[in-house]
Amino acid sequence: MTAADASTRIRERFGVEAVMADGVLSVVLPRERWQEFGRVAREELGCAYFNWLSAVDWKDQGLEVLCRVENLDARLVVMMRTRLVAGEARCPTLTHLWRGADWMERECYDMFGIVFEGHPDLRRILLSEGWEGHPLRKDYAVDTPFTPYR
Amino acid sequence: MTSSPVVWQAIEAFVVLNALLVLVAYVTLLERKFAARMQSRIGPYYVGRPHGWLQPIADALKLMLKEDVVPTASDRGVYNLAPIVFLVPCLLIFATIPFAPELGVADLNIGVLFFLAVSSLEIVGLFMGGWGSNNKYALLSAMRAVNQIISYGLPFIFVALVPVLLAGSLQMSAIVAAQQGLWFVAYPGLGQLAFVLFLVAALAAENRVPFDILEAESELVAGFRVEYSGMKFALIQLGEYAHMLGTSFLGALLFLGGWSGPWPAWFGPIAFLLKAVGIFLLVTWVRWSFVRIRVDQILAISWKLLLPASLVLLLATGFVVALRGAGGA
Amino acid sequence: MNTQTQVVELGYGGNERLMLNMGPQHPSSHGVFRMILTLAGETVVAVDAVIGYLHRCHEKLGETLTYAQYPSIASKTDYVAAMTAELAYVSAVERVGKIEVPKRAQYLRVIAAELQRIASHCLWLGTWCLDMGGAIGGGSTVFLYCMREREMILDRFEELTGARLLYGFHQVGGTRYDVPAGWDTKVRATVDFMEKRIDEYEAMLEGNAFFLVRTQGVGVISRELAQEVGVVGPLIRGSGVNYDVRRAEPYSSYRDFDFRVPVETAGDCYARYRVRMVEFRESIRIIRQALDGLPDGPISSRPGVKSVGQVRVPKGEGYARVEGPRGEVGCYLVSDGGPKPYRLKWRGASFTNLAVLPHIIPGHKVADVVAIMGSVDPVFGEVDR
Repeated sequence: MTAADASTRIRERFGVEAVMADGVLSVVLPRERWQEFGRVAREELGCAYFNWLSAVDWKDQGLEVLCRVENLDARLVVMMRTRLVAGEARCPTLTHLWRGADWMERECYDMFGIVFEGHPDLRRILLSEGWEGHPLRKDYAVDTPFTPYR
Repeated sequence: MTSSPVVWQAIEAFVVLNALLVLVAYVTLLERKFAARMQSRIGPYYVGRPHGWLQPIADALKLMLKEDVVPTASDRGVYNLAPIVFLVPCLLIFATIPFAPELGVADLNIGVLFFLAVSSLEIVGLFMGGWGSNNKYALLSAMRAVNQIISYGLPFIFVALVPVLLAGSLQMSAIVAAQQGLWFVAYPGLGQLAFVLFLVAALAAENRVPFDILEAESELVAGFRVEYSGMKFALIQLGEYAHMLGTSFLGALLFLGGWSGPWPAWFGPIAFLLKAVGIFLLVTWVRWSFVRIRVDQILAISWKLLLPASLVLLLATGFVVALRGAGGA
Repeated sequence: MNTQTQVVELGYGGNERLMLNMGPQHPSSHGVFRMILTLAGETVVAVDAVIGYLHRCHEKLGETLTYAQYPSIASKTDYVAAMTAELAYVSAVERVGKIEVPKRAQYLRVIAAELQRIASHCLWLGTWCLDMGGAIGGGSTVFLYCMREREMILDRFEELTGARLLYGFHQVGGTRYDVPAGWDTKVRATVDFMEKRIDEYEAMLEGNAFFLVRTQGVGVISRELAQEVGVVGPLIRGSGVNYDVRRAEPYSSYRDFDFRVPVETAGDCYARYRVRMVEFRESIRIIRQALDGLPDGPISSRPGVKSVGQVRVPKGEGYARVEGPRGEVGCYLVSDGGPKPYRLKWRGASFTNLAVLPHIIPGHKVADVVAIMGSVDPVFGEVDR
C-alpha cells in the first residue's frame, strides 16, 4: 500500500482529494464520515498504529479535529481532519477502532470540550473534575482565575 | 556462683539484654557501612567522626524524641500492643544461647526447640501490627507475612534439626560439644547443603531481600509498619535486627561450632561473636545484591524446593546417624 | 426517588474486592501518578489510572511564548531527557519555517541526543531496579551504580551548556553552544567507561535468577495492542514492531550513521530491558561516529537570540518528531505568521506508553504492577505536560 494507492482508493471511496505534503497524506472529511474513514484506514489502508489525536481551535470557524494514524510497515502516514461546525463541539469516537484513542479523546475533551460521541468513559483526564472551561480554546484567557484546590 | 541462682540469672539476663541492645545498635551501623562499601558510598560519617560511631545512638535518640502518631481509625489496643508482642520473642530467643561454656542465661535441654518455637511467635505481633493499623498496605503485608512465615518456618525447622540429629541433643551446649572435632558445616555433603538451606530459610524467616515482601517499600510502602512512628517504630526495628542477630548466632552455633575451634578458651566467645557477625554479613551481602521476588514465587520456592530438600536432607542425616551411632562427629 | 433499602451481601467465599489506592504519593510512582487498583487477594483485576497532577498546560503556554522563548521551556516537558524535548520543538519550528540547519549543528544535536539517551536509560535502569529490589535491598545498589554513571554524562552536559538538567542547548536554526576545547576527548573517555559499566550491569542482572523470574513473561504487550495504543520507543520495539523515528523518518543527519535498531518479540518487561540495553551500546556507537565525523562550520543558520520576537515563521503547519529515550516525541505546530505559534500540540512518548498500563496490568500481582510500571519508564512531566 503506497501513498499513491491510498489516495486513489480514498478518492474512489470518499470523493475527497488526499493531499500529500511532507510525507503525510492529509484527508479532510465531513464529520459524518469520520468513523467510516477510520474503519477504512484501519482495515483497508492497514493503519494499525494510532499516533495521536488532537484539535485546533479556529475561533469562529469552529474546531478542527486531527488524527494521525500510520501503517508502519508501508511507512504510510494518514492525517485525518474534520471541521466541526462552530458552536457544536461534537465528534464521533474512534475508540472502537483503536484502543489508544481512549486517552487521546479524553485529553481532547478536557482541553477543547469536544464531546466524543460513543466514548465509553469520557471524563477529564489532565485537569481536575471540577474545572471550569476548556483551556486550549482560544476564548479561554491565559490569566483566567481559578479557585485553588484545597 | 555462690549467690543464689535466681539472682545470678537475673543479673546475667540483665547483662545479656543490654549487651544485646548495644550489639543490635552497632550491627545496624555495620550493615550500613557494609552496604555503603558495596554501593560505592561512604555511609554514616558525620555523627561521631570519622566513621559515624555515634550514628546508632543518634538514631535511637531521634526515634525516642519523635512524635508518636497514632492513626485515628486504628484499633488502639492491638496497634499499641503489637510492637511489644513483636519485640519480646525476638529478645527472648537469646535466653537459650550460650555464649561460652557455662555462660548463658539458661542452657535449656530443649534449647533449639525453644529457640524455634519462640522465634516463630513474632508473627503474632506482626499480624497485630498489620491488622491494628487499619491500613490496606499494612493489611496486605500482614497477609503476606503469615503466608511467608508459615511456609518458611517448616524448612527452617527441618534444617535446624539436621545438626540436632547429628549431635543427638537439643541442648545448645551439647551441640557445640559435638562439634569439637569437626564443625557440622564441614560434614561432607550434608553439612554444606544444610548450611545453605539454613541461610535461605533464615533469610526468609528474617524477611530480608529477596524475601522481604512484607516490607516491600516499593509496593506496600513499608508494609505492616507503615503507620508506626517514633518509639514504636524503633521497637519493631529493634526486634527485627535482634531476630536477625539471634538467627545468626543460632547458625554459628549449629553449623560453625559455636565457640569451639583451634584457639585458647578465652577467645571462644569472641570467635563465636565473629562467626555470628560473619553470617550476618553474608545475609547482608545477599540483601544488597538481589531484587525482591514475588509472593507466589516465594511460596513456590518454599513448598516446591526448600521443604522437599530439607526433608530429604533430614532423612539422609537420619541414615548417617543410624549407621555411625548418635553423638559426636 | 429510590426508597428501597439496599441489601449488602457479605460474602465469605473469598470473592471480596479490595480497592487499593496507589499514589499519587507512593515510593514507586515515579513522580505523581495514581493508580486505583481493584484487588482480588493479591491479584489486580481492574486499574483506573489517574494522571494530571503535574499538568502545567504546556500547550497553552506554548501559544503565549515566542519561538525564541519556548525552547528552554520545552525542556521542562520531559525533564529527564530535556535535550530531545527541546529538539522536538525546534525541529517543528524549523519544519514549518523551512529553516536549514548547518551540518555541524546537526551532528552536535545527535551527540547531545544520544548522550541524553544514555543518561536517561541509566536513570530508568536504576529506578526500575529500585522498584523491584527495594530502596533497602539489591535495587538500590543498581540504582546507585547507575546514578554514578549518569553523573558523568551530566558533567559533560554541564561543560557543554552550563546546566545539568534543563539545558537550553537547542535554538531554532541550530544549537546555542559549540563544544568547548577538549570536550570530545572527555566524551570519548566517558563512553568508553560507560561501555564497561554496561557490561557490569548486564552481568549483575542477567546472571541473577531472581531478576529473570521477576521480568520474563511479566507485562506482555502484544504487537496489536502496542500499535493500537500507539506506544513508542523501547516498548513498541520490545513488542516486535520495528519502529524507530531515527529510521522511519531520519532527522538531523541520522542517515549518516551506522547503527542497529534492536527489536525483541516477547513484549514482556525483559524484552524492553534488552532493547534498552542494546540501545545503550548503539548510542555509544553513534556518539563515536558523530565525534569522528564532526564537520567544521557554523553551529547555527540564524544569529544568536537577541530579542524574543526575533524568530518568525510563515503561515503553515507541520509535525516534527524525534526519537527520545522513551520513544517518539513530537510537536504539531500551527503558525499564523506571528512570532508565537497559533497552536502547539505535544505528543509525549510517556503519555501513550502509560496509556497501555490499564490494558496490561489486570491479572498481575501487586508486585508486578511496580515492575511493569518501571519498565514503561514514564516521566510525568511529559505525560501531564
